[in-house]
Amino acid sequence: MTRYTEDHEWVRMEGDVAIIGISNYAAEQLGDVVYVELPAVGAKFAKGADMAVVESAKTASDVYAPIAGEIVAVNDKLSVNPETVNEGPEAVGWFVKLKPDNVGDVNALMDEGAYAEFVKGL
Amino acid sequence: MAETADLKKLPLDALWRARTSKFGDFAGYDMPLQFEGLMQEHAWTRERAGLFDVSHMGPCFFALPKGHGLEGEEAHKKIASLIERLVPADIQGLKPGQVRYTTLLNSDGGVLDDLMIARPAEPEAAGDLYIVVNAGCKNEDWKLIEAATKGEANLVRADDRCLLALQGPGAVAVASAVIDPKLARMNFMTVARYPHFGRLTITRSGYTGEDGYEILVRAEHATELADALLAHPDVKPIGLGARDSLRLEAGLCLYGHDLDPTTSPIEADLAWTIQKRRREAGDFPGSARILGELKNGASRKRVGIRPKDRAPARDGVEIFKDGRKIGVVTSGGFSPTLNAPISMGYVEAAFAAPGASLDLMVRGQPRAAEVVALPFVPHRYHRPKSN
Repeated sequence: MTRYTEDHEWVRMEGDVAIIGISNYAAEQLGDVVYVELPAVGAKFAKGADMAVVESAKTASDVYAPIAGEIVAVNDKLSVNPETVNEGPEAVGWFVKLKPDNVGDVNALMDEGAYAEFVKGL
Repeated sequence: MAETADLKKLPLDALWRARTSKFGDFAGYDMPLQFEGLMQEHAWTRERAGLFDVSHMGPCFFALPKGHGLEGEEAHKKIASLIERLVPADIQGLKPGQVRYTTLLNSDGGVLDDLMIARPAEPEAAGDLYIVVNAGCKNEDWKLIEAATKGEANLVRADDRCLLALQGPGAVAVASAVIDPKLARMNFMTVARYPHFGRLTITRSGYTGEDGYEILVRAEHATELADALLAHPDVKPIGLGARDSLRLEAGLCLYGHDLDPTTSPIEADLAWTIQKRRREAGDFPGSARILGELKNGASRKRVGIRPKDRAPARDGVEIFKDGRKIGVVTSGGFSPTLNAPISMGYVEAAFAAPGASLDLMVRGQPRAAEVVALPFVPHRYHRPKSN
């Protein structure tokens, strides 16, 4: 099950690791992604901390940690081919894998239906 | 930021809204930012022809009062001498139908705006100038021009009309087919009137580095003209997003970013916009500073910058050399043509030569970059084969 933040990150649990990226809506709003800056493996983030940067031709946007935890992997493909984000924002274009401090934190985020409603109101 | 309801609408608002929902505030106008996608629009303009609505800008006619009694060259010299009080270009020396890019200066030689000034080709328009200033500065510019020439000339704003820019290598064929074949014979930086779509004032000019035209049309004929241009298979509408990446690749200044009231034209690498007669006369605002910088060099200079990695360095990024701050980025982003980030900024003169290595402080990290010659992408203007 994929969950979302109001800042348009998505989170999907795979075992005890959270896969994180930016939503289809966010990617659509950004347009063509030209640069992604990812954190180092081992870096620790509090919920809401600046975790990554995504830049399109027109603007740079911060990507925030949707939940607290430690980075265990990053999608190296994005450094070489940043357009991968546009090809599948919620699949091949994932940003990082994070080991949550509390696995339960993810349940506080919006589910797909709630996020769709949220986006509709923007 | 203004509420959407407070934003001014373009005369062609409905036409653009039928093609995109991506609008945004620019200089108080609700402007189309993007249609098909910034990258596609950018590439289309470089390969075919893009249609830009730049009606937010400030076209105006600046003219001697009726019954001035002067003819031809004398009338031109008179109106030109009035505007020359505020700009350092040789406007008196314009030939009929010629356009010049120049700057509006404050008394310190700082740039209040950058603008185009055209001398109409038609004999009956002797004593008129056609001037286009920037959207964000137009009210202040016009007040300044009026105050400096009170009782000697009249300024008639034309920003209730529609200003369309048709840009790209395909522009000449499109304009010839849709408007008039004579448009193919205009040279870059010339102006002419055409008795089509009401009446058109057309300059062969633009701000993308490509060949093309800027077309002033009355609002009641604008839809008809835009529809006719868009019906051509080589034309697509282009938003403000791609307009910015195109002008940045062309190394052209964006007012409020690359130019502001503290910047002199010499610092901005615009010495070429100040012709010999004006340099010799030194009769323009801030001439002491500007002539001094022409003679001794300015302490800082606008340069092109290529980051070595892929991180774009945007407006406000600080520039360092050996750990010391030597400048700041004023425009930056991604070049679709080069598939790489590009920036413009101001650096101390000692580091302004192409090849100089610099560090760009992006998000607190120094990143290697190099000064390069401007433009990033060669201009392809339509100039006469020989001088």
